[in-house]
Amino acid sequence: MAEEKISLEQVRHVARLARLELAPAEEQRLQIEMSEMLGYVDQLNELDTGAVEPTAQVGESGTPVREDAVTNPPAADAMLANAPAREGFFFKVPKIIE
Amino acid sequence: MNDDSYEAVIGLEVHAHMLTRSKLFCGCATDFGAPPNHNVCPVCMGMPGVLPVLNRHVVELAIRTGLAAHSKIEPHSVFARKSYFYPDLPKGYQISQYDQPLCRGGYIELPAREGEARRIRLVRIHLEEDAGKNIHAESASLVDFNRSGVPLMEIVSEPDIRSPEEAVAYLHELREMLRSLGASDGKMEEGSLRCDVNVSVRPRGATELGARTEIKNLNSFRFVEKAIVYEVNRQIEEVAAGRRIPQETHLWDPEREVTRPMRSKEFANDYRYFPEPDLPPLIVPSDLVENIRTAMPEMPAERRARYIREFELSAYEAGVLTSELEVAEYFEAMLPGLRNRKSAANWVMTEVLRAANESAKPLTEAAPKPQETGALLKMVEKSQISLNAAKSAFAAMCRSGKGAEATVAELGLTQVSDETAIAEACDRVLAAESAKLAEYRAGRDKLYGFFVGAVMKAMGGKGNPKVVNEVLRRKLAG
Amino acid sequence: MGSELNRLTITEARERLRRREITSRELTRDCLERIAAVEPRLNAFITVSETEAMAQAEAADRRFAQGDAPDLCGIPLGIKDIYCTRGVRTTCASKILGDFTPPFDATVIEKLRVAGAVFVGKTNLDEFAMGSSTENSAFGPTRNPHDLERVAGGSSGGSAAAVAADECLAALGTDTGGSIRLPASYCGVTGIKPTYSRVSRYGVIAYASSLDQVGPFARTVRDAAMVLRAVAGADPRDSTCSARPVPDYEAALTGEVRGMRIGVPREYFVEGMDAAVEAAVRGSLKKLEAMGARTVEISLPHTSYAVAAYYLIATAEASANLARYDGVRYGLRVAADNNIELYNRTRAQGFGAEVKRRIMLGTFALSAGYYDAYYLKGQKVRTLIRRDFERAFASCDLIAAPVAPTTAFRLGEKTDDPLKMYLSDIFTISVNLAGLPGMSVPCGADGHGMPIGLQLIGPPFGEEAILRAGDAWERSGGFAPRTPQL
Repeated sequence: MAEEKISLEQVRHVARLARLELAPAEEQRLQIEMSEMLGYVDQLNELDTGAVEPTAQVGESGTPVREDAVTNPPAADAMLANAPAREGFFFKVPKIIE
Repeated sequence: MNDDSYEAVIGLEVHAHMLTRSKLFCGCATDFGAPPNHNVCPVCMGMPGVLPVLNRHVVELAIRTGLAAHSKIEPHSVFARKSYFYPDLPKGYQISQYDQPLCRGGYIELPAREGEARRIRLVRIHLEEDAGKNIHAESASLVDFNRSGVPLMEIVSEPDIRSPEEAVAYLHELREMLRSLGASDGKMEEGSLRCDVNVSVRPRGATELGARTEIKNLNSFRFVEKAIVYEVNRQIEEVAAGRRIPQETHLWDPEREVTRPMRSKEFANDYRYFPEPDLPPLIVPSDLVENIRTAMPEMPAERRARYIREFELSAYEAGVLTSELEVAEYFEAMLPGLRNRKSAANWVMTEVLRAANESAKPLTEAAPKPQETGALLKMVEKSQISLNAAKSAFAAMCRSGKGAEATVAELGLTQVSDETAIAEACDRVLAAESAKLAEYRAGRDKLYGFFVGAVMKAMGGKGNPKVVNEVLRRKLAG
Repeated sequence: MGSELNRLTITEARERLRRREITSRELTRDCLERIAAVEPRLNAFITVSETEAMAQAEAADRRFAQGDAPDLCGIPLGIKDIYCTRGVRTTCASKILGDFTPPFDATVIEKLRVAGAVFVGKTNLDEFAMGSSTENSAFGPTRNPHDLERVAGGSSGGSAAAVAADECLAALGTDTGGSIRLPASYCGVTGIKPTYSRVSRYGVIAYASSLDQVGPFARTVRDAAMVLRAVAGADPRDSTCSARPVPDYEAALTGEVRGMRIGVPREYFVEGMDAAVEAAVRGSLKKLEAMGARTVEISLPHTSYAVAAYYLIATAEASANLARYDGVRYGLRVAADNNIELYNRTRAQGFGAEVKRRIMLGTFALSAGYYDAYYLKGQKVRTLIRRDFERAFASCDLIAAPVAPTTAFRLGEKTDDPLKMYLSDIFTISVNLAGLPGMSVPCGADGHGMPIGLQLIGPPFGEEAILRAGDAWERSGGFAPRTPQL
């Protein structure tokens, strides 16, 4: 059994951050699986990366830009076509709480 | 402030909508007032598979703003994802900038009444996209994504501000700067300028910062001022009573005019910032910055300095004239052909601003065209009309919308400077007042004023005072 | 039996279509018949677009009549259900997209439409491209045409199987950690992951933005080169897409490998590899040497750290990319009293277990206090891996290696152990981290007849080199996997 790399409380916290409602059995399974993965990735600490720059992207450098022009005509019905619920031209959602 | 042993320490975070035709990362329109979800596309609605592409003009406007604020324009800045869940945030993250913003440092200079101008330092300016809008209905909420993706500049000040008045002055100056740049129209009431305030207090003379409260939901300058006053007093009370100020976010309640802590969240937001993989770093070449620098419009602070230098105005006068872009533009449009700039400045500060304030209309609608006002003042300079006559004419021009020449002619205000005519009037008056004349010549100098008044009256008020004085003196001297 | 035009290569079909010997309608019909015949056993397709495909075939035939028919005109293709296709339901093999029907096409789909291609349907995948076997689909697994008890590989298993089973002449997949190359190897077809940024990602449902890449499956290297050329190139809608001109990849297929230096990384021949895999790969290298290429041993010292780095970076990016699936604007919505419940329930019910696992891991890797130790660390190791390849390419023109340590495993064999599953990607993942082009071509089979792929890896924008070597290998007799007995 993998050393506990993440507590159940942490798993719950992460699930809250990710807005995933987990059943108790799922929580426990995830704790085990995440512990195993985190144990596995620990090997990266064997590498001294103090002086290494991180690579966030592997594409070419340069900043593509577009001209400041309106190129999209209004298409509300097409944009709303997949809405699970709508009211007029609004998307309708359940009451918003903080 | 009721307690002098404490000082307020205030910082402002301003979000300004940028004046572009299209959104930050897509080609949707940014105009307000469109029907809901009409200015949206798969990109700004966060559909699966979409990608952002940066609007060139946004970068230019942001560089202009950074230059005007004397910030360092970073040649290499990075976009970042700021993750949180909210219905008006379509991707579940906002594309913003985190530890590598476009501009660092800089300052906003507040107009000085006397002495040195006060500088409020900036921490940074960065780019980010706005979220959509939620409308709360009965048991549901309605979401409109028109505003989602509209470009914002976030301008963060150091906590250098020390009073509510200074906060308002800072906001005012910042807004006028943004308007002069064409970067934002700065309308707080419309939401194109939003302001969060960070307030803390500390014993006067201390250097460490106290715990701060962040106040949100302020949508007018007035509320910014009131909220700061309220919060500072509240904090002083707490601290004086020995209680700790928790680091919290408060909402301003405009009805009751108090700040209240936001409903406590179960968990603070962990935004989990990381570099945006869909956008390469924003590389700003130095020649782009230089090109923008040379094409910069004049900023309020520079304009103030120029007015003081060129027109020999006082700091106060310069401050009033640059308080709003329209006032400065009006003033300068009046100037061509006028020699006396100071009197033109005075005219704007008195007659023009009064007309605007009284009518409650914008300056451009309340006052005559500046060229016409300038023409009117030129007539005064040329002694064609008196200053008083000009005031009457101006009032009439505000009402009628007619030009200076036409109005002066209509009202018959043209001054008479013709020596012959004036001499005639003097002769008639002196002839009619021989008794007083004798008294004057006997030494009663005070009667001079009487004779001036009489001659003016005889000329229907249109006598050029200077010429009248010359001629009258000659005739009185015999 | 029918004409079986579905078994043609694109090269052959193109020729015969242009000569008007066959029509696209006939070709498409044969594919659709094959699909109907084998799908109940294979499950390579989530959606079959019979009506649209025939309409496209008809339009293609009109173009042939007018003599205006580009390379892929009239060619039936399978499209991984990760590409947004206007008017056609797009699921990403997930319940959470519900009946989402995109109002727009991915850029590469648009390009293929303009070229006159025919889309026979949307192929199966691991949900949100997260997997190595296509067992993580909400629509059931895709089986390997060579052995229906084995996996097709993933995440682009549907596309690989469809091509291997002659349901279409080629197919589009995506590759984030090996998701084209691995199923290509397992199914015995050719699959290419181009250089990162070579092909537009606009409209490709994102898994890991700095790793995802579009690529083709086909039965020959030439066919794959043709599809690649049709989809590659600049896209103003994708800020990470390169504007570099696209070479004529077909022209690169000279058959000539004399003087080519092929790097062989010692770290890619490890314990735990199938003997058959090693034998097949080494055998193909010998053949290439016999054709005039030179092998040179190289080292990619950080290879063993790649899977760990990948699972930090990819899951972190994925956790943000999948945050938009919230039941608000499209897709599944579970009944809820407020927005928090809406998110929690919709996402709990809409996402499968593997997706949840990766979202959790990625969220954790970015979370306060852990960013430096996990996400940032992963990106730093990525730099080291990239540097390994840069150094290696100083002494070779391309790199040859196995695609996977084994051939296709049995369904259910690795589903209980996520980490074991992740290690299937051990030879493919570094290539994504470094953003390099990589291709899998069939090079052998094991004792059960299960195909083995040879991986050819190029320097950035080195597609021509690997295409040339792969094509030469194929033409030399290469290895033609036996036809699946379906």
